[in-house]
Amino acid sequence: MMSATQTAAPDRDDGGARVQTARAAGLVACTGCGRVHRPDQTRCLRCNARLSSRDATSLQRVWAWWLAGLIAYIPANLYPMLRTTTMGHETASTIVGGVVELIDYHSYGVALIVFGASVVIPIAKFIAIAYLAYSVQFRRGKKGVLARQHLYEVVEFIGRWSMIDVFVVAILSSLVQFNFVASIHPGIAAVSFASSVAFTMLSAQSFDSRMIWDANEAVET
Amino acid sequence: MTQDIPELDRLIACPNCDALHLDMPVPDGARARCLRCHTVLKAPRADAMTRIVMLAATALILMVAAVFFPFLDLSTHGLSHDSSIFDTVMAFSEGLLFPLTFAVGALIVVLPAVRLIALLYAIGPMMIGYTPARHAIPAFRLAQALKPWAMAEIFIVGTAVALVKIGGMATVSLGAAFWAFVALVLVTTLKDTFMCKLTVWKTMEERIR
Repeated sequence: MMSATQTAAPDRDDGGARVQTARAAGLVACTGCGRVHRPDQTRCLRCNARLSSRDATSLQRVWAWWLAGLIAYIPANLYPMLRTTTMGHETASTIVGGVVELIDYHSYGVALIVFGASVVIPIAKFIAIAYLAYSVQFRRGKKGVLARQHLYEVVEFIGRWSMIDVFVVAILSSLVQFNFVASIHPGIAAVSFASSVAFTMLSAQSFDSRMIWDANEAVET
Repeated sequence: MTQDIPELDRLIACPNCDALHLDMPVPDGARARCLRCHTVLKAPRADAMTRIVMLAATALILMVAAVFFPFLDLSTHGLSHDSSIFDTVMAFSEGLLFPLTFAVGALIVVLPAVRLIALLYAIGPMMIGYTPARHAIPAFRLAQALKPWAMAEIFIVGTAVALVKIGGMATVSLGAAFWAFVALVLVTTLKDTFMCKLTVWKTMEERIR
């Protein structure tokens, strides 16, 4: 048995410290506020959040939202995001089409932002969540635990930024309304893209990051 | 099994990796990190409650200005069209895209506003008096849950991209609401740097008893 507890000292950074978890101590911790409880407690005494030592259905919810997000992402790329009417002539552009247009206007920086937010981030996020869930499910990873923790933090932080393109469509279609001369309308892909982003955010939120560390703990104890 | 563990209210567990730590006082301005996964557990700041309440109130006032003042004004070939954030939200109000009206409105206006109000309700009474308001606990939990869904800062970047896209075909001038919105994002970000979740929860717990 290792030492009971470590102290939360300010600004100390001992990488790979040997610690005891609440679960190993036969306790249950609140993920909302950090308060520790006896295992028979069902609601946090401090913040009233529902307590669970490990969320057994977490992975099921992760995969369900992940799949929903992936399904919604397909029409988001196939159907038009924007319908532009100029002098009675209508053109429709998809997400990737919009990026190509920006490159044609030589707005490379903005093209990069849109491409990053609407293509790179969503795809990277699908891969990252699948990898995290897979590695936890099959207890593969005893190595790279800290790296996977960082990956999870990045996924949670960056996922919401995919919404940029939906807002661009909203602003353009409210602003460019000159009837016959020029008008912009949102395309159906805006709905599926927004849903895809929301579903993958829910997928990432359903993931219980404590599971990343559980495999590691089994080795150390 | 648990007899060698100190009293439970002297412990904190890392919300990210479940590691147990002894809850030690942390000086204002310092950070306590989890020993194992380096997640910041506590980062208290001096006068945090007063600053959070002031900044949240400022952000809420800016939000009202941002919603109703003209946001962007577009003119081309002698035609001109200005739109407020309210118009932007209503852009999707036709046909199949109706559900997006709610989503965009929620993400850029309603959820950020609800989050600010929940924070003011949870922390305000503790700052002015001593005891928290009656439903301070669910209010603060709501504010925490809404954090990823309040996308005002993403909307600003979206605005910048939209400006570049139409820059070629028309002249765009920025309205008062645009600057109110930028200020709102800055104030909200500043407010979040003063927010130490764990310290707020502990203060609330102590004062409710």
